[in-house]
Amino acid sequence: MTAYLKLDHIDKIFTRGTASTEVLKDINLTIEKGEYVSIIGHSGCGKSTLLNIIAGLTGATTGGVLLENREVNSPGPDRAVVFQNHSLLPWLTVYENVKLGVDKVFARTKSRAERDAWVMHNLNLVQMAHARDKRPSEISGGMKQRVGIARALAMEPKVLLLDEPFGALDALTRAHLQDSVMALHQKLGNTILMITHDVDEAVLLSDRIVMMTNGPSARIGEVLEVPLARPRKRLELAANSTYLKCRQRVLEFLYERHRFVEAA
Amino acid sequence: MNMPATKIEVETATPAAIAAPVVTMTPKRPPRAEAYARMARETAVRVIPPLVVIALLTLVWELVCRRAGSALPPPSRVFKDTKELILDPFFDHGGIDKGLFWHLSASLQRVALGYSLSAVAGIALGVLVGQSVWAMRGLDPLFQVLRTIPPLAWLPLSLAAFRDGQPSAIFVIFITSIWPIIINTAVGIRNIPQDYRNVAAVVQLNPLEFFSKIMIPAAAPYIFTGLRIGIGLSWLAIVAAEMLIGGVGIGFFIWDAWNSSHISEIILALFYVGIVGFVLDRLIAGLGKFVTRGTAQN
Repeated sequence: MTAYLKLDHIDKIFTRGTASTEVLKDINLTIEKGEYVSIIGHSGCGKSTLLNIIAGLTGATTGGVLLENREVNSPGPDRAVVFQNHSLLPWLTVYENVKLGVDKVFARTKSRAERDAWVMHNLNLVQMAHARDKRPSEISGGMKQRVGIARALAMEPKVLLLDEPFGALDALTRAHLQDSVMALHQKLGNTILMITHDVDEAVLLSDRIVMMTNGPSARIGEVLEVPLARPRKRLELAANSTYLKCRQRVLEFLYERHRFVEAA
Repeated sequence: MNMPATKIEVETATPAAIAAPVVTMTPKRPPRAEAYARMARETAVRVIPPLVVIALLTLVWELVCRRAGSALPPPSRVFKDTKELILDPFFDHGGIDKGLFWHLSASLQRVALGYSLSAVAGIALGVLVGQSVWAMRGLDPLFQVLRTIPPLAWLPLSLAAFRDGQPSAIFVIFITSIWPIIINTAVGIRNIPQDYRNVAAVVQLNPLEFFSKIMIPAAAPYIFTGLRIGIGLSWLAIVAAEMLIGGVGIGFFIWDAWNSSHISEIILALFYVGIVGFVLDRLIAGLGKFVTRGTAQN
């Protein structure tokens, strides 16, 4: 297995005054190029912290992140993030939001006209070109998240990090966007790492599902391969035995062996 | 088991199909005359109540001050005494014997200069205090003490330092209006959501780009709150400062009128001071609304 993105013995300890909490313990994970990996776990298990460490927004206490065998420890467009709450800048239009990243990443390599075309190309990919001059307050939640995806894709990241990207959306919009992300992954072959707490979403979208134990000191409890052929169809999979088996496996992990215990 | 469920589906589908075209119909445009009438009504609702109140107050004032031996002149006297000043605000007989336009414009120039300086310095200091914990710890206590000093208390000190009325007045404007600008800017900067900072980090904006593309727009609503309080304070301070430094300016015009016992002129000047202050406030508010459009909602 060729390591494209490698998480190497990552520990994370938060210290506040004299009290310290170990959030993540000895996280090891290797992701291949073009793979779609989901990290699933109960809330508070540190999956978002892990994503922030990979993105470089938080530092690991020990261990590190290797991307193409080079250590990365500060944020950069090679690991673009789609944030849970879209995080579009409300004073910029849809077009300007995507352009912000494009202008920085391709400042030297693309001309002004090429950058403009690239922004529109990415807006087209997520079917948001029609709203280019709208502000985030004028479009729906699902549309905002589409623009967030376009912004991340437009930076041509080596790894696309999705932080519970569909968590804030209603079920119908969520399904629609999941299909879009699957289609994009099929078309562009990105390496994608997604944080989620939705079992169906994880099984439907991923090549592998990384299940995390409950915190504190969360570890990787189990990694499950999802041997389903792509392209996957939501409706056909509903009765597929492999799909159901995978789903069963994740559910067992989350609700039997690592039941969420409300912190006392 | 399946049959009844399907039946229900069909039943609910039928009324929806009937209702749909009703919903999608575009409402007819109201005729133009009706639109004008509504606009006139809306304007009337806003304009008539204050006009009625003003008329009533003027009437009371007239009745109270009309009798002989009254200390203050009634509105009719004020108008008669100041008719020349109202009708010709542009005369210039040299020295400080000028029309009200010149007095107001001299005051406004001082405010413009002092206020611009304090806006630039205030936003810069506010960003520093908002962004750096150490700057806040060091400077904030100082600001909290200095901002309570009344504007006029600065005047003697600045006169001693500058040895001239003009820069002293401008300094008083500056020092009066800078505090709310600093404090509000700092709050705005501190309240920039972590999300925006993360976006900037992922895109790798440099500090200058972060300042212009994230910080200023994100903090703009707060900054404009500070600027609006600041402009009000500087207009308050200039009138008082000018009374003491003399020369051309609406403040000294009032003081001069008092010394010559032209009470009517004082009243007229107060009207102008109030109206100019109101316009300044609206100007900054309007500018803020224009600049921050879209930022308020998320």
